[in-house]
Amino acid sequence: MKHLITTAGLDAAEIGNLLDVADHMAEINSRPVPKVPALRGRTVASVFFEDSTRTRLSFETAAKRLSADTMTFSASTSSLNKGESLRDTIETLSAMGVDAFVVRHKSSGVPEAVTQWTDAVVINAGDGWHQHPTQALLDAFTVTRSFGDGNTMEGRHIAIVGDIKHSRVARSCMDVFVKLGARVTAVAPSTLLPAGGLPGGVAVAHGIDDVVGECDVLYMLRMQRERMDSALVPELGEYSARFGLDPARAARLPAHSLVMHPGPMNRGVEMLVDPSHLPGSRILAQVANGVSVRMAVLFSLLGGAAAGLERGDS
Amino acid sequence: MAQKKRIVVKGGTVVNPGAVAPADVAIVDGLVVEVGQGLDGDDVLDATGCHVSSGFVDLHTHLREPGKEEAETIETGSRAAALGGYTAVVAMPNTDPAQDSVMVVEFVREQGRRAGLVDVHPAGCITVGRAGTALAPYASLAAAGVRILTDDGNGVQDPLLMRRALEYARDLGVTLAQHCEVSRLTEGAVMHEGSCCSAMGVPGWPALAEELMLHRDIELVRLTGAPMHFLHLSTAGSVELVRRAKADGLPVTAEVTPHHLALDHELLAGWDPVFKVNPPLRTRGDIEALKQGVADGTIDAVATDHAPHAAHAKELPLDQAPPGMLGLETALGVLVTAVAPAPERLCELMSWNPARIAGIDDRHGRPVAPGEPANIAVWDTSEVWTVSRHALASRSTNTPYHGMELRGRNRHTIHDGRVVVRDRKALA
Repeated sequence: MKHLITTAGLDAAEIGNLLDVADHMAEINSRPVPKVPALRGRTVASVFFEDSTRTRLSFETAAKRLSADTMTFSASTSSLNKGESLRDTIETLSAMGVDAFVVRHKSSGVPEAVTQWTDAVVINAGDGWHQHPTQALLDAFTVTRSFGDGNTMEGRHIAIVGDIKHSRVARSCMDVFVKLGARVTAVAPSTLLPAGGLPGGVAVAHGIDDVVGECDVLYMLRMQRERMDSALVPELGEYSARFGLDPARAARLPAHSLVMHPGPMNRGVEMLVDPSHLPGSRILAQVANGVSVRMAVLFSLLGGAAAGLERGDS
Repeated sequence: MAQKKRIVVKGGTVVNPGAVAPADVAIVDGLVVEVGQGLDGDDVLDATGCHVSSGFVDLHTHLREPGKEEAETIETGSRAAALGGYTAVVAMPNTDPAQDSVMVVEFVREQGRRAGLVDVHPAGCITVGRAGTALAPYASLAAAGVRILTDDGNGVQDPLLMRRALEYARDLGVTLAQHCEVSRLTEGAVMHEGSCCSAMGVPGWPALAEELMLHRDIELVRLTGAPMHFLHLSTAGSVELVRRAKADGLPVTAEVTPHHLALDHELLAGWDPVFKVNPPLRTRGDIEALKQGVADGTIDAVATDHAPHAAHAKELPLDQAPPGMLGLETALGVLVTAVAPAPERLCELMSWNPARIAGIDDRHGRPVAPGEPANIAVWDTSEVWTVSRHALASRSTNTPYHGMELRGRNRHTIHDGRVVVRDRKALA
C-alpha cells in the first residue's frame, strides 16, 4: 500500500494490521509524554481545499506525536484564489520536500489525481461524497475495541442512519464494516440512498425504528440542512421523526449497543438526545481513536522505524 | 492552367448507393469527370486497398471559434476534419458569441472558407443565446444559408417554446436538432447514473433525462409535423423511442457518436476527465442497443460531437471538468473497430444521410459519378494504427483513444476538387 485513497484496496487482513498498529499508538497516547521519534525528519503536509478543522487537527496531532514536521495549506488563504491550479499547488509543495500529503477536497477523485503529480504518499482525508478511509478505520477500531472482538465484526449488526447518498463516511464505513464481517443496514429514505444501489451485503431500512431495538451499533450521520432545498426530504421535523435518535428510541437500544457519530453533530435534527447521557455513546472515543488510527496510517505508509515507537522523544 | 489539372484516384473501390466496385476516379476543375478503369492524370493518388466515396459529413462539430480559440480554431478543426475524411462539417452554435445571428454565422462560414479544407456549415441556435427563452431569427438565419438549428449543449426545456420553434421552423424548411436532456434531472451530473457513479460518490446523469425529452419531442413532431433531428443518442431506451417514432412514419432522424458505440461508463473509475462527456458514456447494454440501432437503420448517422478543450481547462477534478472529447480524426477508425459496417452502410452513416439531414446534399453525400462535385474521401478499413494525442491536428489533445489501436483510417481527402489530405497528411 503506497497511498490511502479508498478503503476499496484494503482487505480484512490489511485493515486488521492497521488496527493492530493503532493499538500501539493508543498506548503511546496514554503515556505522560505522548510522543515518539518514529517519523522524525519527515514532513507531512495537510492540504485542505475544503475546511475541516477537526480532521485537519486530528491528522496534525497524529503527525506531531510521531515527531514529523507538519505544514498546512488551506484553500481559503492560498494562491488558489489567484487562479493557481490544483496540480501547480501540489507540484509546488512537493518541490519543498513533502513526504506525505493529507488531502481534503470537496470534489470526489482529487486525492487519486494528486497521486499523479507527486512521488509523496497521499492520504485521503475526505473527497466529495466518495471516501473518507481514515474515518472508517477509526470507526472499525472503535467498534472492535469497545466490544473486545479483536479485528473482526462478525456477528455484529451495524445500522448506519441518515444521508448515505451524499456521505463519504458511509461509503468508506460500509466497505470496511462488511469486509470485517459485520451485518450492515443502511437506514435512510430512498432519496438519500445512492441511485445506482448499495454495495453488496448492505441491507436497507427506511426508518430508525426498524433497527433501534436490535442493532449492536447505531451509527448516526450528519443531516445537512441544504438537503431540504433539493426536495430530498420534506422538512427537518419529518426527518427527525423517522430517522432521529430521541430519548424514547435511545431507551429501546440494547444495553450493550454503541452510539456513534462522525461529527459534527446536528443536535435537534439527527441527535434529539444528549449523547453524554447515553451510556453507549462512543462519540468522543471516536475522536480520541482518530488520532491513534491516523498515527497508524502515517507510520505504516511512511515506513517509520519500528524502533522509533519504543522511546519518548528526547 | 493549374485549375485544369486532372487528378486521378487510382486502384480503389468506389462506393455508391447500390454499387461497390473497383474503379478509378478522374477529377478536373472541382468535378468528377470520369469513373472507370485504367484512368490516368497529372496527379495520381494511390487508392490501392482503399474505398473511394463521397467525403464524410459531420453533423456535430464544435470548432470553438469565436470565443475559445485556445481550444480549437476553425482552421485547426477543419484540418482535423479533413484528416478524418470529412469534406463538410456542421459547426455547433455554442460559440461565444453564440451563432444566433447572421453576423456570427457569416463569420464562421467565412473563416471556414479561408481555411479552405472542408465546407464549414454553421448551425444556428434554436433560442437566442441558447438561453431557452426566446426564438432565434430563423428566417434571417435561413436566408444566410443555415439549414439546421440547435441549442446543443443545452436541451430546450420549455415545451411551449419547443412547440412554437417546430411550428415556426416548419414553414422555413429548416430542421431543428435537439440535445435531449431534462436539465433538472442532471444538475451537477458527472457521469452515467449507475453502480459506478454510486460507488464513486458523484452525481449521476440518468438515462431518463435523455429519454423524457426525446419522448416529449417525438410527440411534438407528431403534433406539428415538423422534422426533427436528435443529437448524440446514448441510451437503449432512446433507440427504442426513435425506432417506434420511425415506425409511426414521423419525420425524425437520429445520430450516435463513435464514443457511445465504443466506450462505457466504467472507464470513469480512473477519474480521468478525458472520459467525461455529455451525454455520458453509458453501459455495455446501451452500447449494444446503439449498435443494433446502427445496424437496423434506426440510427441515421454517426456524428462526432468533436469537443476540444484546452488542457488547463480539462484537467480539473472530475466534477468541475467540462464534458467533451475529440472525435474528427478517430471517428472512422472507431466506427470500423467497434461496428465494422459494410462499406455502403458506412457511407450512409458517415456521408449520405448526414448530408441530407444537414440540408447540404446538393454538394455532399453525392454519388461518385461524372458531373458531381469532387468532395471525396479515400479510406482504408484494414489499416491498423495507434492513436497518439500528440499526433492530432486539433489544437487540443483530449482524445479518449490515446494509445488505443484502431482499425480503419482515412488516407486522402479531396475537397472541392483539391487534394487537401494526401497519404494521411494535411496541406499546411
